[in-house]
Amino acid sequence: MNLLEFTAKGIYCPAADVYLDPWQPVKKALITHGHSDHARWGHEQYLCTTPAEPIIKHRLQLTDNIQSVAFGETVMINGVQFSFHPAGHIPGSAQIRVELNGEVWVFSGDYKLQHDGLSEPFEPVRCHAFITESTFGLPVYSWPSQADVFDEVNRWWRKSQEEGKVAVLAGYALGKSQRILKNVDATLGKIMVHGAIETVTNIFREQGMILPPTVRVLPEMKRADFEGALVICPPSAIGSPWLRKFEPFSLGIASGWMGLRGTRRRRGADRGFVLSDHADWRELNQAVRETGAEKVFVTHGYSEIFARWLTEHGLDAREVKTQYEGELSEMAEATEDKALEA
Amino acid sequence: MKRFAQLFTELDQTTKTLDKIKALVSYFEVAATQDRIWTIAILSHRRPRRTVSAGYLGTWATERAGLPMWLFEESYSVVGDLAETISLVLPEPDERSDETLTFWINFIKSLEPMSIEEKKEKINWAWHRLGGVDRFVFNKLITGGFRVGVSQQLMVKALAKYARVKENVIAHRLMGNWSPETTTYETLVLTEDTQDISRPYPFYLAYALEGTVEELGDPTEWQAERKWDGIRGQVIVRNGELFVWSRGEELVTDKYPEYAAFLELLPNGTALDGEILPFRDGLPLSFNHLQTRIGRKSITSKLLQEVPVAFVAYDVLEWEGADVRSWPLTTRREKLEALAATKPHPVLQLSPTINFSTWDQLREARTHSREYRSEGIMLKRKDSIYRDGRRRGDWWKWKIDPFTIDAVMIYAMSGHGRRANLYTDYTFAVWSGDQLVPFTKAYSGLTDEEIREVDRWVKQNTTERFGPVRSVKPELVFEIAFEGIAKSTRHKSGIALRFPRIHRWRKDKAVAEANTLQDLQQLLNTHG
Ligand SMILES: [Zn+2]
Ligand SMILES: [Zn+2]
Repeated sequence: MNLLEFTAKGIYCPAADVYLDPWQPVKKALITHGHSDHARWGHEQYLCTTPAEPIIKHRLQLTDNIQSVAFGETVMINGVQFSFHPAGHIPGSAQIRVELNGEVWVFSGDYKLQHDGLSEPFEPVRCHAFITESTFGLPVYSWPSQADVFDEVNRWWRKSQEEGKVAVLAGYALGKSQRILKNVDATLGKIMVHGAIETVTNIFREQGMILPPTVRVLPEMKRADFEGALVICPPSAIGSPWLRKFEPFSLGIASGWMGLRGTRRRRGADRGFVLSDHADWRELNQAVRETGAEKVFVTHGYSEIFARWLTEHGLDAREVKTQYEGELSEMAEATEDKALEA
Repeated sequence: MKRFAQLFTELDQTTKTLDKIKALVSYFEVAATQDRIWTIAILSHRRPRRTVSAGYLGTWATERAGLPMWLFEESYSVVGDLAETISLVLPEPDERSDETLTFWINFIKSLEPMSIEEKKEKINWAWHRLGGVDRFVFNKLITGGFRVGVSQQLMVKALAKYARVKENVIAHRLMGNWSPETTTYETLVLTEDTQDISRPYPFYLAYALEGTVEELGDPTEWQAERKWDGIRGQVIVRNGELFVWSRGEELVTDKYPEYAAFLELLPNGTALDGEILPFRDGLPLSFNHLQTRIGRKSITSKLLQEVPVAFVAYDVLEWEGADVRSWPLTTRREKLEALAATKPHPVLQLSPTINFSTWDQLREARTHSREYRSEGIMLKRKDSIYRDGRRRGDWWKWKIDPFTIDAVMIYAMSGHGRRANLYTDYTFAVWSGDQLVPFTKAYSGLTDEEIREVDRWVKQNTTERFGPVRSVKPELVFEIAFEGIAKSTRHKSGIALRFPRIHRWRKDKAVAEANTLQDLQQLLNTHG
């Protein structure tokens, strides 16, 4: 019996009888973060980090069946030690450390190593077995520095203003949008946001996060209200009639997928900004190395490829099929945006 | 190079014509003269000769990045572009330099006589000094294929604006036989160059008719001809020399020896617009016949006999040494008919006009298109001048409906470039007994929305993967449209289609309702 097992309902710890980010309803679920492919409906009990709790509670409409712990705090369940450690993916996101009789497993959830100025920085956790994502597990993914990307975003916003266009920037409602708010030069002009983003942002603000002021885009607003503004919207708004009221506008997308010219062009954006909340190739390798794990399980993304690469580097690595939506993440996030709007 | 890379980025970042023109003009304003002409050349697909094979580039990049070859190949299949894959996997350069575009082009040309080891050393030296977009552009200069949506027409507009020369003058000057190796920017764009006697006129291209033919107004104002299914060409006789140009701006004089007769038929200072067509017994042969001549290096007398080629003329662009494109079509047509009448010869065929006085008569004539081996009807306004490039208004093509067949998707492959990462290229099959026999590939015709839907479906219904190809459950039915059908020994199904594309997704049809191989064979018998 392994400390963690991969079952039809999700990642399972038989010794404690709990699941980590399960995709089917279970009795007790430990949740890494609030994205829809990790925090799902229908479990009896939820456990997550204190900073992740308000979002998960809001998204899943939970009342009293959710509990939270601080980062690093140990929770004993049936003699198994669980603790949450920063994953750097979005504010409050965690890796889950599991220990029994000296054997340590870590489930990373989603993570990135680059500091975004908002999320608790990723913390390497030593372990025997590491379960890693691989959304961007190919050597062609290599992120530019965040400062460079925001220089570009600021320049683009200014250029849009000069050309009389509204700068519309698409990024996921949960995490990416707040990262943009935190790092963009808010002195350039008014920042306006889609309703789905305003809701999430306000939840973070209530937790004490300091973000520049935003104005929610309302149906009755006229083009003049958007003059010179930066409008942040979820990716699902691309191609929707909602965008029309900003004409003329310049459309930017902030995503790791924008690292490839093909994806950039396919999405029909004027500008692609390479801004990812997942680790790039170098970060994935660094993270795996720093855990010191001999056994690596690779979940969503280019899992087959990354597992083969690790195997060739002497690790016992294998691909695990999960229902986290690496390859389909664009779609997943779109669904998630819808969930948030409701 | 940085300035050129910036231009590339700007062109790549927008689909709007005006923005592209603006980007080009501001580039031309600051670029070195030599860089300017190379830029015009590269964006009109005249890149320097390839001096290093793509295979070596991939291998060296893989080595330098410390990756196994399989991982490079996996990456390439996701990125879909070799030059881009290479620039993404390479480590950041140690030093950044900013030599000119011309410097790097000469650098690439200088590799030609070198041994492979020397080439490798040189290429690594370049990768050592170039980062980001510069490196991507450098790789592209070697591998070719700058697809940044700069059409000839767009380039003409930008140059006209920058050089303050009329568009039609620029368009004419950019045509023909120039090379950045031997021409300067000044001679190409700014001087009236009479040196190049081969220079063709830019082709006037028609749009497909939108809406009904009635919307064109009074039928007597229009001339109608068959729309021929050959290669658009221009035949020019000047100074006792013959030049044959194809629409791809390729000089193809040598490929059609029978056209030598034009030296006798046409007076000096004549340029005709028309169709290069295999022609026998007063009728065009199918396009498949022409294809047997296109790819051929040497034209044997046997081939000349089997697939004789004529020129089906429909317009005169130069007459007695003068550019007559501004004459109304009727006047040009009169000259053309007179020319064909004085010296009848099988190689010069006149594209006949269709008699009609009502749109319904023409509609009826259109139903006979296939009997003439034509693709439909061309409509030209009688008083129209001969314009350049693709334009709306005076010329329209009114094509016949394509053949269609319902087929089952059995393989999917990810697209390239714009569509990398998405499954966009599909292989289709029809029934032969209880077997599905693949018969064609098609990769266009779906909306972006549908492509995304099919892509998701493919990812969830894969039965097998081999490299970039996935076989999928035979479940989705599509209507495939195509323009022609021919026998083929290279295909398992025994047939080859011309211009196959997806007409629509038949969500209403079950797999069992797809067409059969017999249906295809029947089409082959009647139209092949
Ligand atoms: Zn996530
Ligand atoms: Zn995820």
